[in-house]
Amino acid sequence: MSAETKVPTGADFEPSTWTGVVRKRWLKNLPPEKMLPESQPSYVASWIYVFGMATIVAMVIAIVTGVIITLGGVQWFHESSTGRFFNSTHYWSVQLFFLFMVVHLWGKYWMSAWRGKRALTWITGVLAFLTAVGVGFTGYVITTNFNAQWIAFEAKDVMNAIGVGSVFNVTNLGQMVTFHVAPLPLALGIIVVAHILLVRRHGVVPPLDAIDPALESATAASTDETEAVAS
Amino acid sequence: MNLDQPASYWQIWDWISVSIPNLIVIVVMLLLFVLALVLPFPKGSDAE
Amino acid sequence: MSRESRKARSEFYARPWQGKNRHYDIVKEGVIAFVVIGVLVIAFSALFSSPDDPALTFKGWATDAPDNLYAVSVQQLAGTSGTATYGPPYNSNSDGVSVGPIFLQKLGGVTHPIDTANDYVITPLSSQVEPNDVSAALKVWNAASADQQTTWATDYDTALQATADDQGDLHIDKVATGDYGPVPDLAKGVVAMAASGAYDNAMTGQGQFFQTDQTKQLLLMGDGSYMDDKATADNLQGNTWGMMNEAGSWPGQQWLGFTSVWYQLPIFNAPDDQTDGFTRTLTDNADVIIAAILVVLLFTFALTPWIPVLRDLPRWIPLHRLVWKQYYREHGRAS
Repeated sequence: MSAETKVPTGADFEPSTWTGVVRKRWLKNLPPEKMLPESQPSYVASWIYVFGMATIVAMVIAIVTGVIITLGGVQWFHESSTGRFFNSTHYWSVQLFFLFMVVHLWGKYWMSAWRGKRALTWITGVLAFLTAVGVGFTGYVITTNFNAQWIAFEAKDVMNAIGVGSVFNVTNLGQMVTFHVAPLPLALGIIVVAHILLVRRHGVVPPLDAIDPALESATAASTDETEAVAS
Repeated sequence: MNLDQPASYWQIWDWISVSIPNLIVIVVMLLLFVLALVLPFPKGSDAE
Repeated sequence: MSRESRKARSEFYARPWQGKNRHYDIVKEGVIAFVVIGVLVIAFSALFSSPDDPALTFKGWATDAPDNLYAVSVQQLAGTSGTATYGPPYNSNSDGVSVGPIFLQKLGGVTHPIDTANDYVITPLSSQVEPNDVSAALKVWNAASADQQTTWATDYDTALQATADDQGDLHIDKVATGDYGPVPDLAKGVVAMAASGAYDNAMTGQGQFFQTDQTKQLLLMGDGSYMDDKATADNLQGNTWGMMNEAGSWPGQQWLGFTSVWYQLPIFNAPDDQTDGFTRTLTDNADVIIAAILVVLLFTFALTPWIPVLRDLPRWIPLHRLVWKQYYREHGRAS
């Protein structure tokens, strides 16, 4: 009868491998109960908080409809009504994606959501916006219609003006298709995942001027009711 | 509804011109933002 | 607020929340969002479809504006078209745009060479059997020296442009007599080849079996007024907020307002007949200057947490009191 080796769960163990170091780091910062919590701080009580989720969901739908379009190919939506329908779903999910992202951004700004060491969360959000514009732009120039002709023709001037036109050739359909379908959405996905993990790790930012609950419970016995600010 | 026709534009001053469809989206953005702030959120049950 | 208390507040905001929690089902919220947004997407798609204005063709150009295609073909031979005088990455006939002494456009070099005379006129015409006058013109052109070719083409270009009336329309039949060699016949040949559809085929394949790079033909399409006029009609020009607009009545890119606004400024829109002055320089180099402005804006956006006034506005205009009104009502606020 061999003795069972007990594998430690949680982050409370001494790693003896690189793998172990990675696992300990991960479990310390993002334990399962932080990744998938069943609760949030009581101040998470406003509809503004749903716009981050709405943005992600719209992005997922944009990716799913985009993948469906790749199954039909670049010309599909000109040639078939099914293709046209999925082109429409892709177009509208992108419209909604940007709509929700802007409202999410407005909310986060007016909440000063970068407080408490959350600056990187803010910055990954900015990067996500920027990358999304890039993904959207490459999407527009591969629609092989008049809009694509015009947008590529105009945008080439900007790319050439800053010296990158020779490497990022917006009038090269082949290159723009591959950019739009692989490296750019991948970059966006990575940035968005980093953004979400940062939110889970730091938690939702407390309200501006929130009273520290540690102090609050200490003085709870002697708090005068009239000190509570009526909103 | 057939959107395959030229858009109307909202022109203010000499240099600001917004297409009506874009204006609608922008108004919806503002509306959702305002509603998100003022609409009451369901009261939650306490958790550990 | 003193520095110590600001630091203490910052540390408090960073600490894991020690106060009350409420039940919150993130996965359920995600599923509901998926259903709601999915339904919206399907509904909008079924109701409104999506834009798909057919691409312009050279056949269309030859049919709708043949004189313009004719004039542009002359310009390609003379080296005076927009493409011919663009500079890098297509040729070195110009230094391109700059911010002061910095010429970023020259950075990449001529990586996508376009020889407008050959790529747009001689090669396509030579790729198929032509009527007698065009094939004779090709023979004459190919036998002539480069200097002779340039002289014929620039003389004819100048003479043709000189026939412009008050509306800016050219009159081919009113060109002054002169020694223009085979140039008029070559230009005529391009228009005829385009009208038959063969020019589109030649430009799409460019002599290759697989060809997925439309740079050459798109640059040609942008020379002259054919594509430009359609863009103006659709309100897609840069200085009419075109960057934000979409074809037809579909919504466009509202989120590009902060990039589009700069192209509306008068300093970037000097009239065509203004040949010098600071606004002329700004207008000619608008793309790179506005790109620089956008880089500054981007950094401002990203570094908001550290920029005074910008980072303080949420305190001064306390919209956040609406976000957290339930919480403030129950727990109060620190002053």
